[in-house]
Amino acid sequence: MDESILLALLQDGLTTGAIYVLLAVGLLIAFTVTRVIFIPQGDLVSFAALTLAAMISHRVPGTIWLLDGLCAVALVLALARGRLRALLPYGVAPAALTLATWAATRYGAPTPVSMLLALTIVTALGPLLYRFAYEPLGEASMLPLLIVSMALHFVLIGIALYYFGAEGVSTPTLTDATFDAGSIEISGQSLCIAAVCLIMVGALRWFFVRTLFGKALRAAASDRLGARLIGVDHALSGRAAFALASFAAAVSGLLIAPITPLSYDTGFEIGLKGFVAAVIGGLVSYPLAAAGALIVGVLESFSGFWASEYRNIIVFSLLIPVLIWLSLARGNTEDRA
Amino acid sequence: MTLPRPLVLTAVALLLCAALPFVLTEYEATLAGFIGIAAIAALGLVLLSGISGQTSFGHATFVGLAAYTTAWMSRYGGFPPLAGLPAGLAIAGGTAYLLGLITSRISGHYLPLATIAWCASFFYLFGIIPGLGGFNGFGQIPPLVPGITTGTEAALIGVVLTGATLLAANLLGSRTGRAMRALAQSRIMAESLGIDTARLARSTFVLASLLAGVAGWLFAHVQRYVSPAPFGLDASIEYVFMIVIGGTTHLAGAIIGAAVVVLLRDQLTELLPRLLGSTGNFETVAFSLVVILLLQYAPRGIAPVLFRRLRRRPPDRAGVSLPSGTKPPRGSLVLETTALEKRFGGLIAARAIDLSVHAGEIVALIGPNGAGKSTTFNLCSGALSPNAGRIRLLDHDIHGQGARRIARRGLARTFQHVKLLPEATVLDNIALGAHLRGRAGMLRSMLRLDRGEEAALLHTARVQADRVGLGDVLDAQAGSLPLGRQRLVEIARGLCLDPCVFLLDEPAAGLRLQEKQALADLLRALRDEGMAILLVEHDMDFVMDLADRVAVMDFGEKIADGRPEAIQDDAIVQEAYLGGVA
Repeated sequence: MDESILLALLQDGLTTGAIYVLLAVGLLIAFTVTRVIFIPQGDLVSFAALTLAAMISHRVPGTIWLLDGLCAVALVLALARGRLRALLPYGVAPAALTLATWAATRYGAPTPVSMLLALTIVTALGPLLYRFAYEPLGEASMLPLLIVSMALHFVLIGIALYYFGAEGVSTPTLTDATFDAGSIEISGQSLCIAAVCLIMVGALRWFFVRTLFGKALRAAASDRLGARLIGVDHALSGRAAFALASFAAAVSGLLIAPITPLSYDTGFEIGLKGFVAAVIGGLVSYPLAAAGALIVGVLESFSGFWASEYRNIIVFSLLIPVLIWLSLARGNTEDRA
Repeated sequence: MTLPRPLVLTAVALLLCAALPFVLTEYEATLAGFIGIAAIAALGLVLLSGISGQTSFGHATFVGLAAYTTAWMSRYGGFPPLAGLPAGLAIAGGTAYLLGLITSRISGHYLPLATIAWCASFFYLFGIIPGLGGFNGFGQIPPLVPGITTGTEAALIGVVLTGATLLAANLLGSRTGRAMRALAQSRIMAESLGIDTARLARSTFVLASLLAGVAGWLFAHVQRYVSPAPFGLDASIEYVFMIVIGGTTHLAGAIIGAAVVVLLRDQLTELLPRLLGSTGNFETVAFSLVVILLLQYAPRGIAPVLFRRLRRRPPDRAGVSLPSGTKPPRGSLVLETTALEKRFGGLIAARAIDLSVHAGEIVALIGPNGAGKSTTFNLCSGALSPNAGRIRLLDHDIHGQGARRIARRGLARTFQHVKLLPEATVLDNIALGAHLRGRAGMLRSMLRLDRGEEAALLHTARVQADRVGLGDVLDAQAGSLPLGRQRLVEIARGLCLDPCVFLLDEPAAGLRLQEKQALADLLRALRDEGMAILLVEHDMDFVMDLADRVAVMDFGEKIADGRPEAIQDDAIVQEAYLGGVA
């Protein structure tokens, strides 16, 4: 193996790794605040790419109808309890978004506008999924939450198949530029991915460290009951965490679809890799999860070169030693009582 | 004379199976066969996840291991299908044992995550191992018996399912079954009763994988085609869905869940695409929605609605108790700690604790909240490991030994926050305490070779229940009792261990006055029989009236030790409690 192949593999690995970083960070936010392992996050990766691809080919994306449907149910439930305030988030906002999406599809809006709309649609789905799938479970233990995650994954891929069909899609790159760096070429898309990843991680850090709402989310993550006692609305913090997680998924989807075609069910596999990375971070540590994500990306890229058939086995088997180490390090404190 | 219920149920089930070939159409028989196979696998998952609390999202892996083994042997190796059963079980069980060696170390929510990991890995393995037909799989697998009809096949599967259900039911009504439920509830509690939780977790895992293996063997020869798809993560999750729909803690839940999923799938595969005007796995979406709604509104599934959970036991007061072990002579030193110390990070929870309890003596450990009483308790019972110091029980140094081995040496305990099986009967909860005094394992329990021992175990439990005053609520759900009486269940459970030293953590909390007096009488009687008793208690009237000796702790240190009257006059103690000489 010569140096240029090595560097190309490394570039590939770090590029996908950067996407896994986004997903792992999203999973961690959702998990620490709500204890939900948001397995269906990967499906939202597909949702974002498929939504954008539909808009570019002048078809109104089905995801907007899903969003409208969920909002309508939420609106009816809220109005039934006399909460008129719900009209804005569940009535006016989705109506405006639907109109904008329809117009952008009909008249062929520039790609960045379509991207923004796709991001908004998918991000808005996150809190609604939390509202309908997880919130009614209340203080259930981890396990029902995990089973609901699995079930939700099936629901989402079913919906994606219904709206978008089984075809894989590619979306436009952010840039077609390439740069010569000695023995290899660095693609502009890779650089964009790295840049977006860094910006998002930086922005999240700012949000959690500097803003009051970010601090409230951290409080909810470190001590749910304590946070509630000092007035942090736990339903609101859960929905916010899911909004962040689905935003991360949507961004990942738009970043990865130009490199790897996505279909209704491939996002899930990408999501699982992000999940492996989050577990490497012990489901608590952001820096470790980010490092884990880069490791997973590079490992995947290299094993894809040497033993492509074993690529997934190697990545998933990585989990087992990590889980053993975590169990031994954390000790046995999981009592049901 | 009335026949025992399991026998009647088994006979009815077998008759039903025998009727299947004559009443079902070809198509219905195929469906019945699939329900049966899925139910056998789901039965394993109920034992593993519902009963013993180890959720697996990798169950289909073991179905696949056995299916591939027997498929390959009979298609390419020229072996008869029957030879594939032991081979398939060996592969499935052996793999489960090896994975279990690893995963029994994995606790809590990490375990289901690990099962996802290996399920995904095995799915890809099935697809890439040379000679197994890749992701398309291979066919032309011989049927179970040459020329067998679908109806007979369904009957045969029904018989296997009946047998498996009977064995599993036998297991649940036994010493091991109780221990499995304890495993799901609290490993700390289970270990304190002498249950080897890691080993039990492993053997349950192997048992579940063997049931999955039987299902896989049937699957390969009924379907006559194998490929990775029915053994992947999706299939594993579908088994979880089945037991969630049917009811995770009921054996019947496996059968109900399998029937609901298979039949609904059959109907919905036709119906939904017509309704929606496009093709896709919409039945899976429908199941998933059902599962989400069930978990939100009826997390126990269908089975508990159909069946009453609690069985009435015949009020059998005659019978033989288990033999008691030899006890240390009165007045001899039973439990002794020397310079015991426990640190949690920078916090010293207990320092230089010297305690002694003799046979036939009640020692009370008192002190303000946060003084380190419960820590000291957990050190003595092995729930925590000390950083320094020594603990001797009888003539053995038990420093650093786990709770299980300390229980084996004759130490019983109760918990400050009651740890019971809330859904099991009071009698079953108490009988759990006699775990160490029985020997029957999984196999003997499943074959009902444990009945003599089980009767003695239950009789012992009844005697102890009578002793603490719970004789009238043996069949009640433990969780339905008021907190004070739940404490009594724990005490009776501890007595079933036949201990020489009994550690009671706030036994009188939540009891009414008469109940407190009854408890005090009971403890005095136990003391007079020569038991050593160490108790933590906040009720001073109760303590001063009962204890022979009182040790006082404050800020992790023992500040006084002596007769109750002397302690009450001790200036240091008064300062600790009242902030100065009153």
